Amino acid sequence: MQELLQSIAPWLADNAIFTPQTLAQYWEGFVNTVQLVFISLVLGLILALPLSIGRASRLKPLSLAIWVYTWVFRGTPLLVQLYIAYYGLAFIPGIQQSIVWPLIRDPLYPALLAFMLNTAAYTTEIFYGAIKATPRGEVEAARAYGMSSLMAYRRIILPSALRRALPAYGNEVIFMLHASAIASVVTITDLTGVAYNVYARFYAPFSAFIFVALCYMVLSFAIQGAFKLLEKRMLVHLQPA
Amino acid sequence: MIDFMGYGPRLLEGALLTAQLAVLSLLLALVLGLATASARLSQNPPLRAIAVVYTVAIRSVPDLVLMMLLFYGAQIGLNQITDAIYNHWGYDIFITIDPFAAGVATIGLIFGAYMAETFRGAFLAVDRGQIEAGAAYGMSRWLVFRHIRFPLMMRHALPGLGNNWMVLLKTTALVSIIGLSDMVRIAAEATRATHQTFLFMIPVALGYLVMTSVSEVIFGWLSRRYNAGFEEQH
Repeated sequence: MQELLQSIAPWLADNAIFTPQTLAQYWEGFVNTVQLVFISLVLGLILALPLSIGRASRLKPLSLAIWVYTWVFRGTPLLVQLYIAYYGLAFIPGIQQSIVWPLIRDPLYPALLAFMLNTAAYTTEIFYGAIKATPRGEVEAARAYGMSSLMAYRRIILPSALRRALPAYGNEVIFMLHASAIASVVTITDLTGVAYNVYARFYAPFSAFIFVALCYMVLSFAIQGAFKLLEKRMLVHLQPA
Repeated sequence: MIDFMGYGPRLLEGALLTAQLAVLSLLLALVLGLATASARLSQNPPLRAIAVVYTVAIRSVPDLVLMMLLFYGAQIGLNQITDAIYNHWGYDIFITIDPFAAGVATIGLIFGAYMAETFRGAFLAVDRGQIEAGAAYGMSRWLVFRHIRFPLMMRHALPGLGNNWMVLLKTTALVSIIGLSDMVRIAAEATRATHQTFLFMIPVALGYLVMTSVSEVIFGWLSRRYNAGFEEQH
């Protein structure tokens, strides 16, 4: 990265704002944003899979409990969840003397916790909707073959439901990328945080924020393109002949 | 009664500001959305291009970044314009942008793009025959819009509108970052001062839950109204 920045330095010679140092900061923010979003999405996905099956189960208390969880996390702003995770953990009496303090002091972990629980709630509802929309005949056919619930889920319901959930999940990924912009309020230097610093230093809102907007745009289009490709491969059986 | 350590009245004021901000931005977003959807479906290529650029650009950038750009940028941009006017014509104008108005304008502008997509889909779902029937009765384009296209379109648009409204309501929390005293900002200040995170953040979360749940009931009622005459679909 350093070499790349050195090599483009001559072109930036006349530019007061976008110096190699500024670009290096943007690059750091880019890496932080992508890491934060990717890790929370993966953890959220792992959490959402069993939760969506539980939400679809006939066990009423289980289904209800999971619904309450998704209702709370989908009905409140992520910013409030982030504040609760960040300040809530840090201000527990005595925690600053305990062994987990180094983990919590780093704002990355409370942010990951809030983001993970938030995306898991949305993803659970997306998967649950897809599971519920599975044609009854497919489930009955699996039953008629003597499959247990577990096997029917593994072989019949999930493979088709998760494929059908793909477009909605793609939207959730982009939503998460955009929502991650609030990470800067708990002092994480993500893309938006860097843009704010550049704005504050040079008092140049247009350059700082339009540049970062373009970065997000590129990321959004890349994610959109990736999901389009994935859908093309995975949903081939649903295409009109 | 819970003791809010003197922050109670300010929290209530913050909640009121959140509600006002959300409702006013919604109105602006609806107007912008309808106008943009009409532009996208019009026969005029430059108008269509502007609408496409607006919806695509806004929807691929985080709300917070747009908010910062417009919020911090608008005042500087405006100052540059008024400076230019002063240099050219000698009129000395000074305009300070009101943060609340800026918040409404920004959120309205962002969600206008989302509303436009919802309205566009809904307008396309209206049966052409209905519009032709209106024209055959000698209705003007405005009458056709008011009596046929709009009510029929709303049936398809309502689920999307409800969804956009919920997202908008939660997005208003972001104005606390750029300095408006909505309930999230008050709660964050109180938390930093007293270290009582849950005492302040849980009531704020409940406030949002009440607002989203009430909205859901209202949208359910509206949807039954606009679905009158159609069979219940599951």
